[in-house]
Amino acid sequence: MTSTRSVSASQQQDLLGANAREQAALRRNGIIDRIFEKGTLTLALAVLALLGTIMASLIVAGWPALQELGWSFFTGDRWAANIEHFGALPAIYGTLVTSIIAIIIAVPVSLGIAIFLTELCPVSLRRVLGTMVELLAGVPSIIYGMWGVEVLSPFLREHFPTLFPAGTGLTTAGLILAIMIIPFITAITRDVMVTVPAMMRESAYGMGCTTWEVVRNVIFPSVRGGIVGGVILGLGRALGETMAVTFVIGNNLFLSPTLTGQGTSIAALIANQFPEADGLQRSALLLLGLVLFVITFIVLAIARLMLRRIENRAP
Amino acid sequence: MNPVYQRRRRLNRFVMVLCLAAALFGIAWLLMILVSLLIQGLPALSPSVFFERTQMSGGGLGNAILGSLVMTALATVGGSIIGIAAGTWLAEYGGRSHLANTIRFINDVLLSAPSIIVGLYIYAIIVLPMGHFSGWAGAASLMVLIIPVVIRSTEDMLLLVSGTLREAASALGAHRWWVVIRVCYTGAKAGIITGILLGCARISGETAPLLFTALNSNQWVFNLNSEMPNLPMVLYQNMTINSFIPAKVDLAWTGALILTAAVLILNILARFISARKG
Repeated sequence: MTSTRSVSASQQQDLLGANAREQAALRRNGIIDRIFEKGTLTLALAVLALLGTIMASLIVAGWPALQELGWSFFTGDRWAANIEHFGALPAIYGTLVTSIIAIIIAVPVSLGIAIFLTELCPVSLRRVLGTMVELLAGVPSIIYGMWGVEVLSPFLREHFPTLFPAGTGLTTAGLILAIMIIPFITAITRDVMVTVPAMMRESAYGMGCTTWEVVRNVIFPSVRGGIVGGVILGLGRALGETMAVTFVIGNNLFLSPTLTGQGTSIAALIANQFPEADGLQRSALLLLGLVLFVITFIVLAIARLMLRRIENRAP
Repeated sequence: MNPVYQRRRRLNRFVMVLCLAAALFGIAWLLMILVSLLIQGLPALSPSVFFERTQMSGGGLGNAILGSLVMTALATVGGSIIGIAAGTWLAEYGGRSHLANTIRFINDVLLSAPSIIVGLYIYAIIVLPMGHFSGWAGAASLMVLIIPVVIRSTEDMLLLVSGTLREAASALGAHRWWVVIRVCYTGAKAGIITGILLGCARISGETAPLLFTALNSNQWVFNLNSEMPNLPMVLYQNMTINSFIPAKVDLAWTGALILTAAVLILNILARFISARKG
């Protein structure tokens, strides 16, 4: 790449019959070109270094706990710091269950809102509602947590006492997570749907497609990557969400087999115990952080593979 | 009428009604949150909230707001520079090469990386060696969070700039860096700014990474080398360990209102600027 460019640059100089000043300018610009490319590359490589150091620091910090506890860390169904008994199962279970509940609720609703905003909504309302959704995607997670503990869980406790005896619990956390990621996924989905050229839409309508057929067969296929990306972001947010979940999950350190029972998640457990932790407990919590990171990594890798398969199938 | 056409029309109407219901459902939840924020946050809102520091029982939020501003600004400036540069390489030079795809994949992972993990990471590499919590550590953790957002939006927006524009500029004799800076950045400016502001809004409300990095403080602190007061941690502490003091809970709601309003104003401002220039 570089060699062909320098050859063409020298040829250019001969062909253009550039004078000395112009040649100096060409050379200078060539150098700036190279510096610009190498500089941006260095900072792009910093991203790789970032991931590497995150992994390394968590492994190094969690190693003592792994050596001390071994497999019982992953199979233990109880987390009791006072007797140095650290089982990660309740937290892993809570993280997965709450995120799955959140995604099941949030994805159809988000896609529905996005379709409504781009295809159905009257043009005069479109900007207002679209802006509203985008703005709400930025509302900090701790706000949702405060709302969950002060408004949602008392409401659930009062109106559905059989399902939510305490108001807080795994399902409440899943519900809060769903509410949190709906504007997030919607904003991204809407953004990518808007980028579809009007001509594609119009030609499909011109062939007699219904609105749903246009969305299903024209818009979704051309922006599939963006939508899946949005859902991945939402899922990632739900898996690692800390503040909102900490408030409403109940923080019960035993494995709770029911969906409406109280539990804990990895992030909530770390947030609750890390500030006061020391020694083996701190190491165990950092190891738990590594587990959360690995779970996130696996989920994203699966999503990427699925995305690639869909892309390959498309003509 | 043609039965096939009728079936298609029925399906269409059914799906569209579902979409309308989804929109109403989503917007209702979100409106409820905003309304309760206003109801619970407005009564305690007064000028003294902005000018007094946090005290044992109540006080104001002035020091926390200032600390949040300082750390968010540091993180946004640093993160934008790194993020735009890396995003530029991915879009303009990386192409579909193996290295670029790897960086893209890693960036996606970091984008979704739980913020509490970033907090643990900064704790392990900055707080532990330094031996104390600090504003620098807080700003560093926020910077790690904003970089992937900026990279992703920069790359996406640069790729939306049409290749013919680049070719036209090159045909006129512009060098590659000049094309990127003058043509591509101009075309993608609104999108990149939106990305930065989305990232800024995200980090200004982040609480989890600050738990183990900046922590919190009741003082007016201008020293980034010590514990740094910040709004999200004040909300968290007032709603958990101090939740038995009603004045603290009221203050937390007011703080939540201020934080949310700040995020919204930031977003609206950005839209105004990008709409005028774009």
